[in-house]
Amino acid sequence: MIENFDLTMVNWARAQFALTAMYHWIFVPLTLGITWIIAFYHTIYVRTGSNEWKNLTKFWMKLFGINFAIGVATGIIMEFEFGTNWSNYSWMVGDIFGAPLAIEGIIAFFLEATFFAVMFFGWNRVSKGFHLFSSWMVALGSNLSAVWILVANAWMQHPVGQAFNPDTARFEMKDFADVVFNPVAVSKFTHTTSSSMLLASLFIISISSWFILKGRHIQMARRSIAVAAVFGLLASGFTAFTGDEAAFENARHQPMKLAAFEGLYKGEYGAGLVAAGLINPTKQPGDQQEAFSFEIRIPGLLSLLANRSPGSFVPGIEDFVYGNDEHGIMGAGEKIKKGRMALANLDAYKTAKEAGDEAAAWEALAAFNENRDFIGYGFLERPEDTVPPVALSFYAFHIMVILGSLFTLVCILYLFFSIKGTLVRQRWLLGLGTTMFFLAMVASQAGWIVAEVGRQPWAIQNMLPVGVATSNLTAGTVQTTFFMFLALFTLLLIAEIGIMAKQISIGPEED
Amino acid sequence: MRSRNNINLRISGPVRRVIHFYVDGFRRMTVGKTLWKVIIIKLIIMFGVLKLFFFHDFLGSRFSTDKQKADYVLSELTRPVQNQKIMHKEEKDDREF
Repeated sequence: MIENFDLTMVNWARAQFALTAMYHWIFVPLTLGITWIIAFYHTIYVRTGSNEWKNLTKFWMKLFGINFAIGVATGIIMEFEFGTNWSNYSWMVGDIFGAPLAIEGIIAFFLEATFFAVMFFGWNRVSKGFHLFSSWMVALGSNLSAVWILVANAWMQHPVGQAFNPDTARFEMKDFADVVFNPVAVSKFTHTTSSSMLLASLFIISISSWFILKGRHIQMARRSIAVAAVFGLLASGFTAFTGDEAAFENARHQPMKLAAFEGLYKGEYGAGLVAAGLINPTKQPGDQQEAFSFEIRIPGLLSLLANRSPGSFVPGIEDFVYGNDEHGIMGAGEKIKKGRMALANLDAYKTAKEAGDEAAAWEALAAFNENRDFIGYGFLERPEDTVPPVALSFYAFHIMVILGSLFTLVCILYLFFSIKGTLVRQRWLLGLGTTMFFLAMVASQAGWIVAEVGRQPWAIQNMLPVGVATSNLTAGTVQTTFFMFLALFTLLLIAEIGIMAKQISIGPEED
Repeated sequence: MRSRNNINLRISGPVRRVIHFYVDGFRRMTVGKTLWKVIIIKLIIMFGVLKLFFFHDFLGSRFSTDKQKADYVLSELTRPVQNQKIMHKEEKDDREF
């Protein structure tokens, strides 16, 4: 069925969206996290009146400003792409996404735009209290904007509070609260914001470590690290907790994704979590090959993660593809049949409506409603088409988890030596610390890959495969804009790194 | 006359202060001036080039009413069924032939 759509164009549209979203995602987590830490530094300055804290706050504020300015509006490009490359999808979800994205726009505009200027221009020109309030409002505003974007994203992963209208071909919102309090949205928001705070802490640790190694601004760097290490440690604990919650929600609503990022082909009782492993790249569902060339598993941990019970059964990729009667799991083959029936009945409904045959239309609609939850499967050709790219999901997930554990350890060490007062002498740790921001970016991008590659082939889980969500365009059109974006983003990134590096080398200015 | 001027001053006072706050803030910017240049160039490229020449609203540029857009998307969704119907018809015609 899906061969009816131009897959070359689909893959270019996918690549373009991935490029845009991942580029946008370079800036977003730093903005989300660093605004809280800056507001905290600012609070210390207001409470102590110390000029050193003021200079420190202004320095980090300047770096945040650079990140914000280069990143601003890069998200709008995704909206261009929705209208051009993903018009079927845009039309179908317009009713659901309209409200959250409008609220995001209003909150972002009023909170961020209003207080952003006061935060940057307000030194000695508004009262200290109002200035500080503005810093906290910028942090709150940027994080509140993230709520609505993540609500929209979570809906695609777990489409709740909606009904498909066969007359308009749109998903219509039936319950706003269901959409907003979607459990996937809650876990996404908490995991995103906590990991962003961790990333921002590591940004401060990296630059401050570099200052100490160079013997410059040592006092400022030590103070920055003392706060950032505490923030980082708290955020890493919360990131692990919310990550566990996200995996638990995956087990409920996107179990294929969970199985893919653990490379679990056959379901198991007491399933182990892979601590380290090498995926067999030629492994396909249903064949007799081993899934891993090498693996180290922690027994029972995946079952604990998925079901809160170490001995419980965790279904694997093949259970979802071919079905598992013992555990009541319907195979993708049966779902494809039901999906095709839904599509045939949708077509019959449309034809009857056009012919003015109301009785036939109602009959077709009743038949459609019986299978509408499987409609997306109707576009798939084979049961194996429901499997996301396993190797990419597995490696992205494990890189994210391993780096997350490293970050916790680094924050503990920085905090320990800061309390002991010997941080300046730990040159090995400071050297390691300078690499932390880059590694945090890698972990952050890996997290995006886990979330978005792991849910393939779906644009909307079970409802709309990516291949059907696109516009009827030629691949050449999308290729041209892909390379234009690549050039634009590369130039912007060079500009950001250049401007940021220059400001870091200048360091904090004395007030 | 004097009281009317006082009222004007009172109304314009806060507004003038806000305007002055922004004008002065922009004037004092150092790295901010470079950043504004980057933002403006970026927005010109995005809206003046990319949006204008490359990113047309696919449905909006082809259809004028929501009904037409809905019919088009529905026909896209049921395209596999239509194609299958055509295939079956061709197979049947071939057999009859």
